[in-house]
Amino acid sequence: MTSLDRIRSSNLPITLLTPIGRGTLGLLGNLGAMAIFFSMAFINIFRRKQLREIVNQVFYIGATSSLIVMLVGLFTGMVLGLQLFYTLVTFGSVGALGSAVSLSLVREMGPVLTAIMITARAGSGMAAEIGILRISEQVDALYAMRVDPVRYLISPRIAASIISFPLLTAFFDLIGIIGGYITGVLLLGTNGGTYLYRVHSSLNMVDVRGGFIKALVFAAIVSCVCCFQGYFCHMRAGGFGAKAVGLATISAVVLSCVMILISDYVLTSFLM
Amino acid sequence: MDETPLIEFRNITKRFGDKTVLDKVNLKIYENQITTIIGKSGTGKSVLLKHIIGLLKPDEGAILFRGKPVAAMKKNEWENYRNGVAYLFQNNALLDSMTVFDNVAFPLRQTTNLGEIEIDKRVAKKVEEMELAEAVDKYPSELSGGMQKRVALARALVTDPKIVLFDEPTTGQDPIRKNMILSMIVHYKRKFGFTAILISHDIPDVFFISDRLVILWEGAVGFEGTYDEAVRLKLPMIDEFLRSLEGFQDELTGLLSREAFKGQYAAMLWGSGGISTASAALFSVEFELLHETLGPQAAVEVLRALGEYANRRFKPMGGFSARHRRDQILTIFPHTSPDKARRLVADFARELNQEALARIQTIAQAKMGAEATPEIHVLAGITEVSSTDEIEQIIEKAQAKQQIVAAHEGDSGGSA
Repeated sequence: MTSLDRIRSSNLPITLLTPIGRGTLGLLGNLGAMAIFFSMAFINIFRRKQLREIVNQVFYIGATSSLIVMLVGLFTGMVLGLQLFYTLVTFGSVGALGSAVSLSLVREMGPVLTAIMITARAGSGMAAEIGILRISEQVDALYAMRVDPVRYLISPRIAASIISFPLLTAFFDLIGIIGGYITGVLLLGTNGGTYLYRVHSSLNMVDVRGGFIKALVFAAIVSCVCCFQGYFCHMRAGGFGAKAVGLATISAVVLSCVMILISDYVLTSFLM
Repeated sequence: MDETPLIEFRNITKRFGDKTVLDKVNLKIYENQITTIIGKSGTGKSVLLKHIIGLLKPDEGAILFRGKPVAAMKKNEWENYRNGVAYLFQNNALLDSMTVFDNVAFPLRQTTNLGEIEIDKRVAKKVEEMELAEAVDKYPSELSGGMQKRVALARALVTDPKIVLFDEPTTGQDPIRKNMILSMIVHYKRKFGFTAILISHDIPDVFFISDRLVILWEGAVGFEGTYDEAVRLKLPMIDEFLRSLEGFQDELTGLLSREAFKGQYAAMLWGSGGISTASAALFSVEFELLHETLGPQAAVEVLRALGEYANRRFKPMGGFSARHRRDQILTIFPHTSPDKARRLVADFARELNQEALARIQTIAQAKMGAEATPEIHVLAGITEVSSTDEIEQIIEKAQAKQQIVAAHEGDSGGSA
């Protein structure tokens, strides 16, 4: 037993603190690794022969997600219209419905919900796909064929996310505002002209830009976290093979969602 | 050998957790040679190969390429080195979301500037060679294990690499394809002069194509050298390894293992007050020639069939046989004068000429799968055995007296 071990075992507060310290160090190490992973992948986006693969991924991450994102956007807008209408009606200011719906969508709900929807749909797919490539030695095979696996597998996914997230967020916002119009104007009977005027007058470029900045940051987070979890699934403790892929997918989705919400708060406090 | 090895391992140690997989491995691989690594499963053969290509980094020791440490190479030097190395994975590692064609074309598309037409041409050629023409549009999961292996082979060879690492290239293949793959490796080596490093369990077939043999034994190199040296050295671990594999094949043909043969020979000499006379016959075929024309698998098959015939014929008369070296069968006739032995062998030769050789030829053809008509010559040498003779001495004496006793020329039927 080393002297350090003796101190640990004899001193209760230190025994309690050890796991926290170990966890923190592990977390910092992981974050560092992820940052290096992201920067290597990001640099490789601009290499030759990437365009084809990036287009493929834009289709997979972006185009095929657009329907589900729009559907969620529609109902989010509709429920916002409903809730805000009954709140505003008590203050007699139903006219502000357009502002309330559009601002909460463009600033907050659009980027966050889009990112979470894409995480659920494409992020989990990314982690599982790359994880399976890893455990079946296909990643090693790429390396053996002198194809950089990060360049071939990760960079196009990150590029495609960065392209798709803002676009899908824009779809979400637009359809959400239409959803608000459907409940507020068509179902509950506020004035349509007022609704549209309020949307137009209260939305500034600053809000739109803020929403897009969020979407870009979320794109980087989601693609990086999901690819990272899949790519290194063989190094996980507590699972091998198919199980490791399963665990990697779980942590990819959970970690992405948590980090989306945390970074959303941080970004909002800077953008306000 | 004084030349600088192409690749050299110096005291390479690799651990996974607290398990030491490679323990101070020293190894030399020379240019334009086929080096075969054999060893029991789990002795670190694949790990060793992965070090060559840089998939794994050693914990200790250095890997040298033409005398230069790989770890100290500059980026472009390393890229140049990697450019010439291809790797055939044990489990093939095909990209399973791509068709066979795309898999084979992948390295060309990604690492060269060739146009699609040229790529198509090269891929089609490789696919043809590997008999995969009907599978080009299929996905790897739709293919049999043997076909997947051939796709992986095609993919590894499509870039015309200078060094090819084959991790069990023949596993899962039927005997015809096995023969084809081994012949192909030799053929490629002659044509393009590449260096092949092979992991294989196809003993003894791989011995015929290998220039050097490396035996891994519990994480260390137990032997490094030619096959003849391996047999001559008689290191216990090599003997155990080789015999365990050969013994099984001899058992199938009814021949004795070398140990059992030695035992029976000793019993004949010392049992029941010794013997007055005994003779020995040494049979062989022109193995090198067969190997050249038919490939290793078929050559082995010819010898195996010959052994089976000899054993069936002589066993009822008290004779016992065993395989010695790659290409010789030694039969000992107790209580038989050389004259009588000569008559027995002449009878046997007649049987061979009449029907057996034709049948052996058919077997060899089936093994090889081609329409070629191999020419088989059987040689025999008869000698007297004296009670002081060692088995090696008997072989030497008989070998000096060997001459052709039976021959089979192509399809035209037997002729003495």
